Amino acid sequence: MATPENKLAFEGGWEYSPAPESTDHIKVAKKYELFIGGDFVKPQSGKYFDTINPATEGRLSRVALANDADVDKAVKAARKAYGGPWSRMKPADRGKYIYRIARIIQERAREFAAIESLDGGKPIREARDVDVPLAAAHFFYYAGWADKLEYAFPGRSAKPMGVAGQIIPWNFPLLMAAWKVAPALACGNTVVLKPAETTPLTALKLAEVIADAGLPDGVVNIVTGAGDTGASIVSHPGVDKIAFTGSTEVGRIIQKALAGSRKKYTLELGGKAANIIFADAAIDQAVEGIVNGIFFNQGHVCCAGSRLFVQESVVEEVIRKLRDRMETLIVGDPLDKNTDIGAINSKAQLEKIESYLDIGREEGGDMYQSSCAVPEKGYWCRPTIFTGVSQSNRVVQEEIFGPVLAIQTFRTFEEAISKANNTPYGLSGGVWTDKGAKIFRMTQSVRAGVVWANTFNKFDPTSPFGGYKESGVGREGGLHGLDAYLRLEA
Amino acid sequence: MAAKRERGKERLAVAKTYKIYIDGKFPRTESGRYFTLEDRRGKVIANVCRGSRKDFRNAIVAARKVQPAWAGANAYLRGQILYRIAEMLEGRRDQFIAELKLQGMTQAAARNEVDTSIDRLIYFAGWADKYQQVFSAVNPVASQHFNFSVLEPTGVVSIIAPDDSGLLGLISNVAPTIVGGNTCVVLASESMPLSAVSFAEVLHASDVPSGVVNILTGLRSELTEHFASHMDVNAIVFCDGARKTARTVQELASDNIKRVIARADIDWSRDSAQHPYLIRETQEVKTTWHPVGS
Repeated sequence: MATPENKLAFEGGWEYSPAPESTDHIKVAKKYELFIGGDFVKPQSGKYFDTINPATEGRLSRVALANDADVDKAVKAARKAYGGPWSRMKPADRGKYIYRIARIIQERAREFAAIESLDGGKPIREARDVDVPLAAAHFFYYAGWADKLEYAFPGRSAKPMGVAGQIIPWNFPLLMAAWKVAPALACGNTVVLKPAETTPLTALKLAEVIADAGLPDGVVNIVTGAGDTGASIVSHPGVDKIAFTGSTEVGRIIQKALAGSRKKYTLELGGKAANIIFADAAIDQAVEGIVNGIFFNQGHVCCAGSRLFVQESVVEEVIRKLRDRMETLIVGDPLDKNTDIGAINSKAQLEKIESYLDIGREEGGDMYQSSCAVPEKGYWCRPTIFTGVSQSNRVVQEEIFGPVLAIQTFRTFEEAISKANNTPYGLSGGVWTDKGAKIFRMTQSVRAGVVWANTFNKFDPTSPFGGYKESGVGREGGLHGLDAYLRLEA
Repeated sequence: MAAKRERGKERLAVAKTYKIYIDGKFPRTESGRYFTLEDRRGKVIANVCRGSRKDFRNAIVAARKVQPAWAGANAYLRGQILYRIAEMLEGRRDQFIAELKLQGMTQAAARNEVDTSIDRLIYFAGWADKYQQVFSAVNPVASQHFNFSVLEPTGVVSIIAPDDSGLLGLISNVAPTIVGGNTCVVLASESMPLSAVSFAEVLHASDVPSGVVNILTGLRSELTEHFASHMDVNAIVFCDGARKTARTVQELASDNIKRVIARADIDWSRDSAQHPYLIRETQEVKTTWHPVGS
């Protein structure tokens, strides 16, 4: 006998009072300069650009635009610091400086979370519970490696590379800065970091932290700007290593640009992860995993579970429950602690996502969006799913980087694997089943660098992250993440 | 053509046709082309297959097809198969020494090359069930998860073998690639191609599944770009010191974000030229998360 399922009455039954995070405790300057050689200096370009709050479209601050001359200055400052105090310092002391950074981020966590939410549009809850604590944890983890590197690579002697040029994206601005800066410093390198042009503020706040922590001048330099500034770092002959996180499209350009140089590089690129639900999975938990997989951080996640594969016998149940759950998601003010889905990071990104919604429908997919209200001003996208799509559809093959899920079905294990691996990407994947043996076979068969079994979108500083195939080269995080910032000598 | 009437004997020796090795078979190049290998006095030693892009593509199809099965073979088995290659090479030691001499090496150098090649295969055979233990990790994450990172093969690897070390250079790059579960397509030394073809015969007799190692002979100037640009190749190992070639390879490799592993200017005869980091270079790190709970 079928038992009635517990279904909550969502239609108007639940009212949430506003629960906004206050912003009176944070300090955002009207204007930010470049952080070079331990000082905030005016750009030689003489130019500044706006960074806006994507939830209000209002300007938060003006930020210096670094040109070739500015990048050159930053690289020279990094080189000087590398040849000077940083490489002569006892490794344990290097570690202590990095520990200090971790501690100060923890002390200023609330401010960082609020600014991250303001500048990037992500829900304060995620900035507070994920981005900022993980950023501090990354510094804390790698600080401890500084004087232990000889134990990491048996039979090899680990030497720093020199000056690391690091280019990071806008989806996890502070966290990505931590992913890049912490291991680079622990391994004895100095850094020129460029945050994304739409989310420069927390990196500039990190510059304050680094200054407060008393790191020698020039060990970390932060230059702000868009693609041209990044290109200038990539092509600068004084840079020994490039670390890039961003799209596969740009990663390809960088790999090509580095051809013929002796620069080492790591690339963390795009993804189109398969989230695979077997009929024997705990369906309610799996639905939570689907929601977390694709709607976390507005879907602005390179490892997002953007392709869902559901075993045919449970597809109706999964989609029904998923739709019900989508109805409960609150889209709106990122600073409100009840908000589940914040603002799309920029107008350009919103346009890209919307173009994919059109493409998906034109290609014959059935689109469904939740019915929630969204604010009038700002950039918003309701949680969206596509059914009735096939492997060749663009919404199945291409990275959308928004809260858009493409749903397909499978019958057998082999079909699931063959569909899941039918992509040039290979960053991450998820599998949901109650059978242990099936989990291990599945996680072994998915060609991706990170596989979550009965969970999704979990991160940790001790856990290596990075892609197979066109999702990138190299790993960040954990012991394996040290490799990117070292030369291993016999 | 290498045949000559052996001194003091009536018998006319049988010359060998040097062919390429694709999917466990020894076809001639589909292109029908050849290049001539001569000894120092200008005497023709062999007409060698001048492999084509089509040959390369056929080889990649074979390598891709067998790769999951080869990666799925257990480590003990892969180790035994590499050991078997060494056994087969040992048995044909004299043949390989003679062939290297024919290509211009001294007796001492040839003997050293063959002996080191055999030993190198044994070295990597032994790593088959150990490198994973050295390079894997259990990661103590701060949440209720069991989290571990293991190595998995990158997939299909194209290899531009060293030109100056016809047998040892090839083996030193093929062995660490396949011991880790990759399959490969190799472009043999252009100046000393014969040992590579004879080594294919050794592979053929060594329980190496068809398609795991495919060996082409041909012109680097013609084939390198295809080895670097093919979209179903996951990594390229190239052992060529020329800056211009390195640049071209990197540029073409970026089309599908190939891993580019440059191994130029290495003296493959040295002990320092064998280490497990060569295995790791054609591996990916996979991290898996499992919840811990009831």
